[in-house]
Amino acid sequence: MIDQAPAIVLLAPFLTAVLVVLVGMKYERACFPLVVLGLCCSAAAAVQTLLQVIEAGTLRYSMGGWPPPFGIEFRIDGLNALVALTVSTVALISAVYSKNRVPEENGDKISIYYTLLLLVVTWLLGMVMTGDAFNLYVLLEVSALTSYALIAMGTRRATVAAFKYAIMGTIGASFYLLGVGYLYIKTGSLNMFDIHEVLVAENLHQSTTVLVAFILITVGVWIKMAFFPLHAWLPNSYAFAPTTTSCLLGPLVTKVMVYVMIRMMLTVFDPLYTYLQLNWGNIVVWMAVIAILAGSLAALAQTDLRRMLAFLIVAEVGYMVGGVWLANTAGLVGAIYHLIADVFMTLCVFLFAGIVFAKTGKRDITATHGLFAKMPLTMAGLVVGALSLIGIPPTAGFFSKWYLIQGGMAAGHWGYVTALLISSLAMAVLFFRVFEYAFFGVKPAEGHGDHHPSGKGKFSEASASMLLPLLGTASLVLLIGIFNQSIVSIITDFVGQFNLTGSIMR
Amino acid sequence: MTPPAIISITPVLASLVSLLAVIPIILLGGRANLREGASFVAGIVKFGLIASMLPTIMAGSTIEYTLWEIVPNLAIAFRVDALGMIFGLVASSLWIITTLYSIGYMRGLKEHAQTRFFSYFSVSLAATIGVAFSANLFTLFLFYEMLSLATYPLVTHHQDKEARSGGRTYLTYLLTASILFVLPSLIYIFIKTGGGLDFVAGGFLEGHVGGTEALVLLILLTFGFAKAGIMPLHSWLPAAMVAPTPVSALLHAVAVVKVGVFCILRVYSGVFGIEFLSDLNLGTIVTWIAAFTVVVSSLIALTQDNLKRRLAFSTIGQLSYIVLGMALLTPKGVTGSMMHIAMHAWGKITLFFCAGAIFQATGKKYISEMVGIGKRMPVTMAAFFIGSLSVIGIPLAGGFWSKLYLLWGTVEDGRFTMLVVLLTSSLLNAAYFFPIAFRAFFCKPEDSRFEAKVEEAHPCAVVALSLTAVVTMLLFIYPEPFFALADTATQHLMNR
Repeated sequence: MIDQAPAIVLLAPFLTAVLVVLVGMKYERACFPLVVLGLCCSAAAAVQTLLQVIEAGTLRYSMGGWPPPFGIEFRIDGLNALVALTVSTVALISAVYSKNRVPEENGDKISIYYTLLLLVVTWLLGMVMTGDAFNLYVLLEVSALTSYALIAMGTRRATVAAFKYAIMGTIGASFYLLGVGYLYIKTGSLNMFDIHEVLVAENLHQSTTVLVAFILITVGVWIKMAFFPLHAWLPNSYAFAPTTTSCLLGPLVTKVMVYVMIRMMLTVFDPLYTYLQLNWGNIVVWMAVIAILAGSLAALAQTDLRRMLAFLIVAEVGYMVGGVWLANTAGLVGAIYHLIADVFMTLCVFLFAGIVFAKTGKRDITATHGLFAKMPLTMAGLVVGALSLIGIPPTAGFFSKWYLIQGGMAAGHWGYVTALLISSLAMAVLFFRVFEYAFFGVKPAEGHGDHHPSGKGKFSEASASMLLPLLGTASLVLLIGIFNQSIVSIITDFVGQFNLTGSIMR
Repeated sequence: MTPPAIISITPVLASLVSLLAVIPIILLGGRANLREGASFVAGIVKFGLIASMLPTIMAGSTIEYTLWEIVPNLAIAFRVDALGMIFGLVASSLWIITTLYSIGYMRGLKEHAQTRFFSYFSVSLAATIGVAFSANLFTLFLFYEMLSLATYPLVTHHQDKEARSGGRTYLTYLLTASILFVLPSLIYIFIKTGGGLDFVAGGFLEGHVGGTEALVLLILLTFGFAKAGIMPLHSWLPAAMVAPTPVSALLHAVAVVKVGVFCILRVYSGVFGIEFLSDLNLGTIVTWIAAFTVVVSSLIALTQDNLKRRLAFSTIGQLSYIVLGMALLTPKGVTGSMMHIAMHAWGKITLFFCAGAIFQATGKKYISEMVGIGKRMPVTMAAFFIGSLSVIGIPLAGGFWSKLYLLWGTVEDGRFTMLVVLLTSSLLNAAYFFPIAFRAFFCKPEDSRFEAKVEEAHPCAVVALSLTAVVTMLLFIYPEPFFALADTATQHLMNR
């Protein structure tokens, strides 16, 4: 049973999805407990997988017992074990959070909603764990299809946003598929590790076909991760989707795609190829700089709370792409650590936005008016998430900046370092604007005489099913920061196998 | 030979106690007397813990404790030495008195959200002591940021429009400078030294960075700790005067601003090393920057009619005295600089207490409205006079000693320009302080704005300000504890 942990990570949500369809037709109230149960199993199995990886190194698991390269193989190392655990944890948190929101927003299709939610989690986990490039494409498509549906269940504007996402997503996935096709032509294999071996053994890195494949795959993945300027599908999709959907997809989808990018660059192609032979690092990092600045500035211009957060995701994607392309250990470690840290910070602020929307029915930033007095615990959750996004120690966000800036300095890329710092300041402005509304109200009183705002109002916190996930995520953000060493040591083990220190980009 | 370092958790507890005090303060929120009781208990325990370490430090030893290695080679670690001790003693003892004063002030004005006020006050003190006892640049930065954020709700306590704009200026300056200047310098030093950020008495940068890099780092770190209020990054301090007066008194005359200069002192002595700085002749640049601030801020202070703003500009000038003294890099200058942390703190807090007491009793904020106030509030104005003496540096108040050492420090190295700067500034100090006290007592009866009837502020406030005034005078007669500490610290830092 224990040996099957990698499969259970996937199968638990998948089988629950089937169960939810069947049971949910008759007993709608049974959906929620089933979903939580299924995701608990998945998270527990993910923990078990991670522990096994730490103990025994890379795990190989052949799906259905078919040997690679013909069957689908899971090859789980420190990187995807960590990401898988992150994905399943976020899924669990947003599932708990959805308890009241789903009946309120999609009361007529509870069982359908939950089925889709479980399926998208399954596909995302599959993308993280699979070792097969074509299988990854399939999962990429089905996860996207599922998320279009999840997004379109939101407001009227969500339908249009989902359509835009569908078009962009399909283009991205097609690029990826084409790339994989080219690789298949050259190597005759679809197994990621097999492709890598053939590429090295037959010295195919000089081939133009492989170059085209690399470009197609990279661009495809960039579209899917909303790397500026390929981000246009993202803001509205997450701003107008149902609350739970944006809490689940907002933090996860882009990060999973960053994972795919790292996997492709390092495992399928080779770091020697991507970093040294192509030598595009400098250009891509500058593109990341633009993404960081554009995302932060665009976020400043938003009045809709969730749209603002969506643009932050665009900036954060820039952090990670830049970190990966710095081509040194610190940058890569920083990018991967940031991937995990950012999932939880973003989740934290999205959960907050959802609570505000649930309590006030407004999407505008001004809806946070006076919340420090009314909902101190909720605000405490936001403060932790916001400080982490700004990068104040000892939250997780500080340490990801710590490693990323180290990487930037080691690579001598001062533009990237500056962009990170400026973006920190932009986030400070963004969140202190929210804090100001929450603390002073929208129109603070003039003069000293009348400075006792009518804050005598009773506390009215959100329901426990919404508040506890927020507080739990906030404490995770703190814990990931304080215990960053243990996470980073796993990442360093993973990055260490590539001997990157020698290939610092200059 | 210095005795070996002692491993003890006391410094951690000294910082933590006021952080933990937040819990009882919030729980007792409804019962004001018990709540303030909790503040007092925390203050006294904190002071006791710090004072208990005094003999060890006086003997020339240090107390260390490593809490948690958070990043490879980098720990949240505490280390108490003489310099940190000076600051820790001053901040913790003044917290007790300020709590007393706050009770008078906040209740006298029937301020709202007092529980929040006392909670964040407690947190701020935890951060302040954390800075004082940090063993490395990282821990220092952590507590520095914590202090910026914890004081924000205090600065903006009134929650009105003015508070909002003051709070904006406050955080913009402090956060921008620390994120843009300090953080990258920190990481750069970390990379260059291969993972060392621990303060070492003689500095550790020598040999790791070249002259130009050292200059850039020095400038970044000097301005990055914007809490020190070196011009042009000083505007947050006058803006922060929208805070209730106890906050201005303890935080913006002692804790926050002194954290700024303390960080600069620490970085000069513990990161660069005095010898390294003087080899590269970097001290001179800083003395000029500080000298500019000293003179200009005193001139601006002359023009201010709002009493708290005048005090704020005076503080900006006095902070640069401390930086200037350190940057002289001479034994007497460094000693004077450290002593000035303590001496200025007691003097300036008295002045702020008085300003707050006047506001609480009469509602007056402007100096032009305070003509003849000495007849109505004689105790307060007498204390004000003593406080001014100390800040100007005239005998009978503690400030005399630190200023004497600072002057001595300039002469020691033949820096006569700086001598002139310091003397000019002292004259200016006198010019902006004496008229206030003078016109409070001596004016034509028809000019007086107040009845001759004595009516002081809330008794708690009066007791607090008299206490600090008395201590200010005692420090003239008996500057020994701070002097000895400063001397120990200087010897430790200058021993090559």
